[in-house]
Amino acid sequence: MSSEYKVPGQSGLVLAEELLWEKGRKGRSGASIPASKVPSAKLPAGLEGPGPDWPDLAEHQVARHYTRLSTWNFGVDTGTYPLGSCTMKYNPKINEELAGLPGFAKAHPLLPSEAVQGELQIIHELERFLAEIVGLEAASLQPGAGAHGELCGMLLIAAHHRHNKQKRTKVLMPDTAHGTNPASAAMCGFSEIKVPLGPKGYLEYATVEKLMNDEVAGLMVTNPNTLGLFETELVKINEMIHRRGGLVYGDGANLNAVMGRADLGKLGIDVVHYNTHKTLSTPHGGGGPGAGPVAVGKTLTPYLPGPRVVRKEDGGYEWNEDLPLSIGRMHAFHGQFRVLVRAYAYVLTMGAMLKDASELAVLNANYVKEKLKDLYDLPFPQHCMHECVFTNALQEPGKISTLDIAKRLIDLGFHPPTIYFPLVVHSAIMIEPTETESKEELDAFIAGMRQVALEARNTPDLLREAPTRTVRRRLDDVAAARRPVLTGDMK
Amino acid sequence: MRYLPHTPEDVKEMLDAVGVKSIDDLFAGIPPEARRDRPLDLPEPLTEWELRTRLEGLAQGGDWSVFAGAGSAPHHVPSLVPYLAGRSEFLTAYTPYQPEMSQGTLQAIFEFQTLVSRLTGLPVTNASMYDGSTALAEAALMAQRCTKRRALVVSELVHPHWRQVLKTYLDPLPDVEIVVLPAGPDGRADLSELSKVDKPAALLLQSPNFLGVIEDAALAAEAIHKAGGLLVSAFAEPFALGLLKSPGSLGADIAVGEGQSLGLGQGFGGPGLGLMSSKMELVRQIPGRLVGQTADVEGRRGFVLTLSTREQHIRRSKAVSNICSNAGHCALTAAMYMAAVGGTGFRELAKLNFDLGEYLKAGLLAKGFKPLVSGPTYNEFALTAPPGFVDRREELKQRKVLAGLPLKRWFPRYKDAWLFGVTETRSKEDIDQLLQEVL
Amino acid sequence: MKELSELNLPSNVKYHEEHEWVSQSAPFRLGISDFAQDALGALTFVELPEVGAKLVRGEEFGTLESTKSVSPLISPVNGTVKAVNEAIADNPDLVNSDPYGEGWIIEIEMAASELEAMLDVAAYKKLLEESAH
Repeated sequence: MSSEYKVPGQSGLVLAEELLWEKGRKGRSGASIPASKVPSAKLPAGLEGPGPDWPDLAEHQVARHYTRLSTWNFGVDTGTYPLGSCTMKYNPKINEELAGLPGFAKAHPLLPSEAVQGELQIIHELERFLAEIVGLEAASLQPGAGAHGELCGMLLIAAHHRHNKQKRTKVLMPDTAHGTNPASAAMCGFSEIKVPLGPKGYLEYATVEKLMNDEVAGLMVTNPNTLGLFETELVKINEMIHRRGGLVYGDGANLNAVMGRADLGKLGIDVVHYNTHKTLSTPHGGGGPGAGPVAVGKTLTPYLPGPRVVRKEDGGYEWNEDLPLSIGRMHAFHGQFRVLVRAYAYVLTMGAMLKDASELAVLNANYVKEKLKDLYDLPFPQHCMHECVFTNALQEPGKISTLDIAKRLIDLGFHPPTIYFPLVVHSAIMIEPTETESKEELDAFIAGMRQVALEARNTPDLLREAPTRTVRRRLDDVAAARRPVLTGDMK
Repeated sequence: MRYLPHTPEDVKEMLDAVGVKSIDDLFAGIPPEARRDRPLDLPEPLTEWELRTRLEGLAQGGDWSVFAGAGSAPHHVPSLVPYLAGRSEFLTAYTPYQPEMSQGTLQAIFEFQTLVSRLTGLPVTNASMYDGSTALAEAALMAQRCTKRRALVVSELVHPHWRQVLKTYLDPLPDVEIVVLPAGPDGRADLSELSKVDKPAALLLQSPNFLGVIEDAALAAEAIHKAGGLLVSAFAEPFALGLLKSPGSLGADIAVGEGQSLGLGQGFGGPGLGLMSSKMELVRQIPGRLVGQTADVEGRRGFVLTLSTREQHIRRSKAVSNICSNAGHCALTAAMYMAAVGGTGFRELAKLNFDLGEYLKAGLLAKGFKPLVSGPTYNEFALTAPPGFVDRREELKQRKVLAGLPLKRWFPRYKDAWLFGVTETRSKEDIDQLLQEVL
Repeated sequence: MKELSELNLPSNVKYHEEHEWVSQSAPFRLGISDFAQDALGALTFVELPEVGAKLVRGEEFGTLESTKSVSPLISPVNGTVKAVNEAIADNPDLVNSDPYGEGWIIEIEMAASELEAMLDVAAYKKLLEESAH
């Protein structure tokens, strides 16, 4: 079966590369340093230090160093990256170029508004787009990444309750939530009440209803949830939460499933964050920068971070700092502006075709699910949204772990799916192909997954010893944690 | 649509494989009440060429000459840096959860941690925070955990926006007292107020501070340590540490800063790069990712994310922070910048920026400006302007020159005072011209 | 993971539902069972209580960390921490390699009657068997 779609993983030449300070030599330089034409000034005594002990390298050494390191990496541009819950869709190249325009790259954030009308227009329009896509009222672009958006949303909810003189100290949270949810709530002083999912993988009204009382600030819910399922009882649940004085935080990690299809306002969501690196195609950069804009309904709009861009009667834009109920600043300036430029460019490129993106993301996930369910255990058999969750239950009796499956996929040239999450599923394998993978690429990935399932039966050591084709094989993370070495030589 | 590869035949074959008739069937799980009943009201899609024209028209702020910093500074970026940082193996990767196929990111971040530690003089550096302001807020929370105390003392001369972010973070938390240390006549935090605070968790001090004044951090460290708290030393301009003593060498327990100057461009304020270093004994309370060195099964050096039990994906509500994605690619870019300029080059640039600032300051003083405060400054400084300056400053805007920022915006009592600064992106001639035109 | 038959479960200690053991006579030492150390995997860090800290049955007094998990240590008894095993602070792998010996965690000042609520080896084995099904 695997001959038709050849997996991409082959072996190739790997070049060794030292650490930066192992190749530097004092006296080299990799950058132009302007000569001084002004007099040398004197610092008062006692203030001067030695400066950092960084290596000196020639320009081409720096170029080679990072080019070699880059070949040890794997990105969406390298191959299929079906990392569940992370929406690793293609990152458009034009957006990189636009974010790098000198007009943006060299703009001081404190320029007078008349100098940055274009930048303010982007902020103003993108806020409207983001509110429109989810069906809410307003948005703020200040949060620096998804988790920061969660923090922002929970601060808004806390501010709302405080303004209404309500002492509500707890937050309901399904046990499928990302770890950021309880952590964000805790940063606002809320304690977590875990809500177990029902047997079909959904939140059940009766369960939530029993836990909701006047000490509860609201519900934090990821929808579609982290099992890739739309919460079917959520309308009723949210209506009940509101009736009892709570608010609903929607974790937008999985928005890529529902653009143009679900209306979060009608669903009863009061605030939702976007991960621009998921839904809106900005590159993740191996760890950020993300951007975590929040969209809100009417109730929470007055509390949004400030200052905010407003449109004047003459059509121009200016900052409004007069926001008496605002929670204040979330960022030193105006958020991750150049990340937001990429998101803005993406929305302008897609327009209403964002709906098609969501539809194809869902189609891709269901296709993969269908093609693998005979060889991998599928705990929730219904149609999924943009991601599907398998387990290693069929491989476990042969002592093959989820990790072994993931590592073997690396040798075959794929980034593995998310593993061991969500926690409620034992040894989960969570696959999110995204809409930008073509059918051929999905077929190749499916062939790879099927190959691994057969190898698990016939040649299990291939899995246990994997990966073997990478620059390094399995790394000892126990030793790393027992005796942390977090920097190179420090004199 | 170039980002959506599906042909109608693909869609049909895939629907058949799934066993449904239409895409609608896959969305049947969305309850009817929550379905969107109107199309997305977004502009008509643009082609790549239309998009470029549109965005080029909106990119407007980049050709201004701004003679002030206030937490964002223009510096030359070697072409090498964005060129290498743009390699898509780095740019289009996720957080390095699978270390065997992420050694590039991991080694680069390990090197970043090392270079920043050598800059701050503290042995632990995390893989970054969103920006300087959020790094400061997280450092305050970290200090509270480390000392099991609540009260915080913050200098009035910490960047006002950073202080606002700190307030946003702390507002919902019970029993957190924030005491603000006023500025003394030398433009340094008045440490005498510190003794009045009961059980401070930390003193948050910025040096050089918002007025550009170099604080006596060693004295501050001694005072706060005597009170049983930690010194959180902040900086908005890393070049200062190229010339001045490092926070670690002056006794700071935690150092936080904004790394935008290290090759990132100002970008209308973001993304920046939150830097955070600490003493080794505080490592279990530091937020964010850490990369550690280890070996693979064949004994070869390699790198992994480590000490993850501090983090949200494991410890959930008890995590030291909720941070997940940080500013990783900005950290990578900054490491490339640090590697390109090198220790020697950075020192030269740091000195050049100091000299340029002193040259501009001397020129303005000769024009009748007066120092607002008496302390020594690095690169930025606050002056009171003589009459006539305001009008000339407005005229200069006509040719896209911004001569200083008004301090009254943040400190109403400094009503005729302006914050100035200059970097290596301006020549002596630029400064001379400004001095001619400014009065 | 070890099979039940592979587990080392000595009969000279008492066990607890949370997979700790306590020695049957003074000095009362506490550690985790072979089952627990195997389930947790290689330990990387042990957060120990301070000497003199009060122990309350059913309450957390420290944590065990592996690279990917944090597990609370729940006290099976009421008492006071008399000593802590400093050796495991530096070498948490001792808890994995010798859970009933060099990998002990704390020593407790308590009444011998505190042991009465704990399980003997047969009852503990039964508990493990039941939870395996």
